[in-house]
Amino acid sequence: MSLFARLAAAPGGRAGLTILGLMAFIAFAAPALFPGDPLRIAGPALLPPFSSSEFPLGTDRLGRDVLACLVHGAQISLLVGLAAAAAAIFVGMVVGALAGFAGGLVEEALMRVVETFQIVPGFLMALAFASVLGASLPIIILAIALAAWAEPARLTRAQVLAIREQDYIAAARALGMHPLEIAFKEILPNALAPVLALSSVIVAGAILTEAALSFLGLGDPNVVTWGSMIAEGRNVIRSAPFLSILPGLALVVTVLGVYLFSEGLADTLRQNGEERP
Amino acid sequence: MKRAIVLLRRRLIGSIPVLLIVVVLTFLLLEAASGDAVDAYLVSMGGGDAALVETLRQSYGLDQSVWARLLLYLQALAHLDLGWSVAFNRPVLALICERLPNTLLLMGTSTALSFCLGSLLGIAAGAKPGSPRDRLLSAGSLVLYAVPGFWLGLVLVIVFSVWLRWLPTSGLETIASGKHGWDRALDIARHLFLPVSALGVIYLALFLRVMRAGMADVWRQDYILFAKARGLPRRRILFRHVARNALLPLVTVLGLQSAAMIGGSVVIESVFAIPGFGRLAQEAVSGRDAPLLMGIILVSAVMVILVNVAVDLLYAALDPRVGASEAAS
Repeated sequence: MSLFARLAAAPGGRAGLTILGLMAFIAFAAPALFPGDPLRIAGPALLPPFSSSEFPLGTDRLGRDVLACLVHGAQISLLVGLAAAAAAIFVGMVVGALAGFAGGLVEEALMRVVETFQIVPGFLMALAFASVLGASLPIIILAIALAAWAEPARLTRAQVLAIREQDYIAAARALGMHPLEIAFKEILPNALAPVLALSSVIVAGAILTEAALSFLGLGDPNVVTWGSMIAEGRNVIRSAPFLSILPGLALVVTVLGVYLFSEGLADTLRQNGEERP
Repeated sequence: MKRAIVLLRRRLIGSIPVLLIVVVLTFLLLEAASGDAVDAYLVSMGGGDAALVETLRQSYGLDQSVWARLLLYLQALAHLDLGWSVAFNRPVLALICERLPNTLLLMGTSTALSFCLGSLLGIAAGAKPGSPRDRLLSAGSLVLYAVPGFWLGLVLVIVFSVWLRWLPTSGLETIASGKHGWDRALDIARHLFLPVSALGVIYLALFLRVMRAGMADVWRQDYILFAKARGLPRRRILFRHVARNALLPLVTVLGLQSAAMIGGSVVIESVFAIPGFGRLAQEAVSGRDAPLLMGIILVSAVMVILVNVAVDLLYAALDPRVGASEAAS
């Protein structure tokens, strides 16, 4: 059975796959489902949900369609979450591998920098970074990646150090393989698996960080995000609480989907390992 | 005791270069900002003439080169002088010291509650891995772990303050209430209930999950099999052998999460309008107050280091294997 089929067979993995698949579909189909700018004024202000067929989830303080905003928000959340996590994991793996292979002073210096990024609260760092360089999507992605790359770096280095001592590396060396060939063909592929297992946690963290940043008003003002919708709904929290509740629910469901997917994946991989002799 | 001192000295000396990197990197990042504090100040005043701008820049040292200013900053830092906040027109250190206790109260309460409740629920779940109770608690904690704290805070406000009118929506205590002693403590507790819950729930879920996973591991150990073979009562095995050994990783998680918790309190304090350290960070960002932001980042790094040193010491006290070799050498 393929990994995917097995993942889909596990209850947690199936739920995770379904949620993420649905979110991805919504994100991709957003421009087709709700063409035009979701931030434009579409109807009367503060329409409650389920009261009009034109605006199934109602409208906000300025008369914007809540459903259209939610759907377009999915796009930004997933885009920022995936891009930031990819950047963080890539940089983390490169720095960690470099530190692990180089050793000596280079390793010492790199690991001090990694330690620095683990000690400064990531959210404060992202906040400072986004506020200094101006809030646009690429900057937000970079800011979140900056706050998240230290853990994969630490893990990659630990993996490289552990694998370097294995017998099959000694064997490769004895066979006369070039050190670079050993590094890229033997050590790195084996070191990456646990780092990639970390990736779903990083994606979930990135989605939550993006939401918190845009909640504080540090998101890109030209795009709608779930965090900015919650912040906007907060202004009318007494009269229209659904405006802040709905985008938060979307966030919870998405992050839960990521966690379920990662749990299912971990279980499936564990079974894989156990079945092998 | 000797172990503890060796550990303490090593960790504190080791943290100096890290703090230095924090200062240099943050300083360079804040340099990259377009527009400095004087610009922000002028905007807030509604403009000013060129001579005033020049005088202001000189008085803040903004007319010198980056490296000269970094050197000046480091020199001042050696005297525990964190500079002057432009937005508040007060010393940065005084501002931080004023706000820090509120945040420490919030974070301390939240950590203590989530640690106690999380480990207790973790024991309840891990007492019998795979049981319906375990499955319910595990699924529940996974959902809670996915909830963003600031949103949970808003939902709690909607339910408990707007609908039920049981608890206040924001602030740390009733302003000018004239309350003293226990009345005041009760007032603060009522105000802190929602923010502490909003900040703590995600850690409660985390502690529950770590505790449960740790216990599931310990149940498979040979010494548990041996304890069962000795005919020890199940309750005794559960508390004395399984739960106790699974508690150690929780202490590590506590240290690892301290940085994330400071980040979380920035948003929570903003939701509940608590005049704390985290809200100060947001005010520094919106006021383009580079010296204040710098000081906040530095102080939070120091706090994280201190928490981690405390966790290391606690760990050394709980686990006699830690640091034994270093003390001996």
